[in-house]
Amino acid sequence: MKHKVLQKWGAVLAGLAISSSSWAEYAYNLQAPASKLAGDVYHLHNLILLVCLGIFVVVFGAMFYSLFAHRKSRGHKAANFHENTTIEVVWTVVPFIILMGMAYPAAKVVIDMKDTSNPDMTIKVTGYQWKWGYDYLQDGVSFYSVLTTPRDQIDNLAPKGDHYLLEVDKPVVVPVGKRVRLLITANDVIHSWWMPAFAVKQDAIPGFIRDSWFKADQIGTYRGQCAELCGKDHGFMPIVVKVVSEADYRTWVAEQKGAALTAVADNGKTFTLDEMKTRGEKVYTANCAACHQATGMGLPGAFPALNGSKVATGPIDAHIQVVLNGRPGTAMAAFGKQLSDADIAAVVTYERNAWNNKVGDMAQPSQITALKGGPVGTSPVAVH
Amino acid sequence: MSDAAHAHAHDDHSHHPTGLMRWVKTTNHKDIGTMYLMFALIMLFSAGTMALLIRAELFQPGLQLTNPEFFNQLTTMHGLIMIFGAIMPAFTGFANWQVPLMVGAPDMAFPRMNNWSFWILPVAAIFLLGSFFLPGGAVAGGWTMYPPLFIQGGISYDLTILAVHIMGLSSIMGSINIITTILNMRAPGLTLMKMPLFVWTWLITAYLLIATMPVLAGAVTMLLTDRNFGTHFFNAAGGGDPVMFQHIFWFFGHPEVYILILPAFGIVSQIIPTFARKPLFGYASMVYATSSIAVLSFIVWAHHMFAVGMPVTGQLFFMFSTMLIAVPTGVKVFNWVATMWKGSMTFETPMLFAIAFVCLFTVGGFSGLVLAIAPVDIQLQDTYYVVAHFHYVLVSGALFSIFAGVYYWLPKWTGHMYDETLGKWHFWLSTIGMNIVFFPMHFLGLAGMPRRIPDYALQFTEFNQIATVGAFIFGFSQLIFVVVIMKAIKGGQKATSQVWEGAEGLEWTVPSPAPYHTFVTAPLVR
Repeated sequence: MKHKVLQKWGAVLAGLAISSSSWAEYAYNLQAPASKLAGDVYHLHNLILLVCLGIFVVVFGAMFYSLFAHRKSRGHKAANFHENTTIEVVWTVVPFIILMGMAYPAAKVVIDMKDTSNPDMTIKVTGYQWKWGYDYLQDGVSFYSVLTTPRDQIDNLAPKGDHYLLEVDKPVVVPVGKRVRLLITANDVIHSWWMPAFAVKQDAIPGFIRDSWFKADQIGTYRGQCAELCGKDHGFMPIVVKVVSEADYRTWVAEQKGAALTAVADNGKTFTLDEMKTRGEKVYTANCAACHQATGMGLPGAFPALNGSKVATGPIDAHIQVVLNGRPGTAMAAFGKQLSDADIAAVVTYERNAWNNKVGDMAQPSQITALKGGPVGTSPVAVH
Repeated sequence: MSDAAHAHAHDDHSHHPTGLMRWVKTTNHKDIGTMYLMFALIMLFSAGTMALLIRAELFQPGLQLTNPEFFNQLTTMHGLIMIFGAIMPAFTGFANWQVPLMVGAPDMAFPRMNNWSFWILPVAAIFLLGSFFLPGGAVAGGWTMYPPLFIQGGISYDLTILAVHIMGLSSIMGSINIITTILNMRAPGLTLMKMPLFVWTWLITAYLLIATMPVLAGAVTMLLTDRNFGTHFFNAAGGGDPVMFQHIFWFFGHPEVYILILPAFGIVSQIIPTFARKPLFGYASMVYATSSIAVLSFIVWAHHMFAVGMPVTGQLFFMFSTMLIAVPTGVKVFNWVATMWKGSMTFETPMLFAIAFVCLFTVGGFSGLVLAIAPVDIQLQDTYYVVAHFHYVLVSGALFSIFAGVYYWLPKWTGHMYDETLGKWHFWLSTIGMNIVFFPMHFLGLAGMPRRIPDYALQFTEFNQIATVGAFIFGFSQLIFVVVIMKAIKGGQKATSQVWEGAEGLEWTVPSPAPYHTFVTAPLVR
């Protein structure tokens, strides 16, 4: 225990030492734009900022001159004027004209930003506590994208990687130069899909679909984060977009389809207890450990323990139902639409046989399919 | 000697209980004003402690001191308590002390309701602070209480709804009192357009409170029934709409922003003429500007929601209406500068805070203008840029005006001059510290750091470290403020009734400290 604390603060100190060298990429302005729209926003911000700076210098130049010149200690006698209609009209009208000068370019960008028509492709984005789901509507690719930063880095037990908190297992892949329309929604609470390099930020609202768009100009990897408080792991659901060439995009789509076929095939297989436990631990770490904790102890008062819980040690069908359908009104999500039948069978098996839970039974994918009431694809079903 | 002079000389013709019961039963506007201010000070320190915990956690990437659940509780409660516990009660404290003194009234219009509107506040505070010790901890969904996240929480969420109701009730009762006092109890001859600007700004603020607090109460009541009684106001699966909450909330929330700043405008408009020894420039335009800000505040709410998504016409309307607010706000700033112009200025602590207010509030105004530009707001919404913006407006705006007002009127309240040297230390440390905390946050937001996160990517480290250092300078320098207040209560140089050479107004015609009962016979204002 003591060792662990020392290790933790050691990592903090090491972090301090390298802070000035390797973290030198801090910025004073908006991130470098990677789309024309983001460039427009960048320049619009610079323009407004310059106008504000100009006004600030003039107004407070006058004020600070007055603070030095018109002070009692220098013997300045107070004048007695207290109104002047002309000047009051001037400083009401002039700001109004300046504002109109700002409103015109701003309105042009607003109109461009809100125009989501004529996309080359459409991706549905779904926010979950705490990961993102993506469905490529034309190419039929579907996946979840989860933070990959190891827990040890967050707990200061290991040195932090270059893309600390901004790395995911499966990035969004899009072709360069294509107009991508995003249909954005959420499954549980409000999230917000934000990609600074494309100037896209759109709240993901459960039960409603909002849209946005981008057209990336340059091949590269771009990173963003959820921008709306969505519960405890709000800071831990990043967004990574890889912009690739059209050919690379086609290759990637083919790979994704192959992987999806394997997953469907798994649903028809029968597994041994050990296979299910090993697979289940991975599923648990990616989907359940954030709340129920790796120890299965949960967080008292907020998230219940699974270790020794009535559900995880009781009848298996009831246990599966909770995982499939969630608990409405709580943070417990319905995983039936998010995970494959094999994964649900695996995680249920794991939960029943991990920590102090020694139920000894197991679930098979076919059992999950049956409880769902027939075979359903592995892809997440749209929230309609 | 000073003790003898202090020995309740002001209690000569008053009959009231002593000890604790004096404060529990009091209907005296000065006692109640003092209690409001003391309550606000305690809340300032509790919510300030939370802010320091937040900044300590953010000193380094990684989780050091808190876990994400507790971190979210800290940010949520910091916001709720600072707004409803510190800033608003402090302004109501000023109103209680100063409005009767400034309009020449013997007391507030409804003294017993005044007692009630104060004494329910500590109850709400206990609910809020106590919820940290309930299972699941305090509310962690942000002070904005957005559903569906807010629906997920435990018992403390219901308790917070109750606390918000109580605080709203207190504000409404306080506002009724202030409006009635101002409209009905002014000294003969004190016409509306002769009222001190502080009285004007509070009159308008009180109307804003009466208009918006019931809206907030409605919104949180719907949350309560959604949480407990199976309604679906904000649940799409039951035919409701989570975004409707945001519209209702910000219809309250934006006027609330002006509730937090209009009294500050009033305080500063009293102080600058006093120390410039020159009448306020453009009194009438100040009144009109304040009124137009209040009216505009009802038609700009959705600028808090640009990232929620709305039709292009909606976005344009709210962008233009928001930009329009810069006009009356600009008029006020120009008027303050013109008041200083060709004055005969001295720089006692109240004036220093007032000048810092004008300058730094304007910084917050400019970042507000940047945020009003909808496409730019899309990049900055829910980032540290917004955090920087509203702290410039609320710390160097509202809070600095409260400091300025306390230093300005403390001699009138206690009968003693405060320690000017300590006051100047407090000013300089606060101003420098405040800028070190909040200025780097503009850069963090621009570079892409979201707000309300307990841990961040490595490129945000430097500015977070600077901000944390500033936060501790700012936070600990507030202890000086407490020392100054305590010293002035205990003793010090006797204050004259005029106190400040350039001070004008009815409150400066009564002795210092102000007797327990003032203006028993109404003064005549020419």
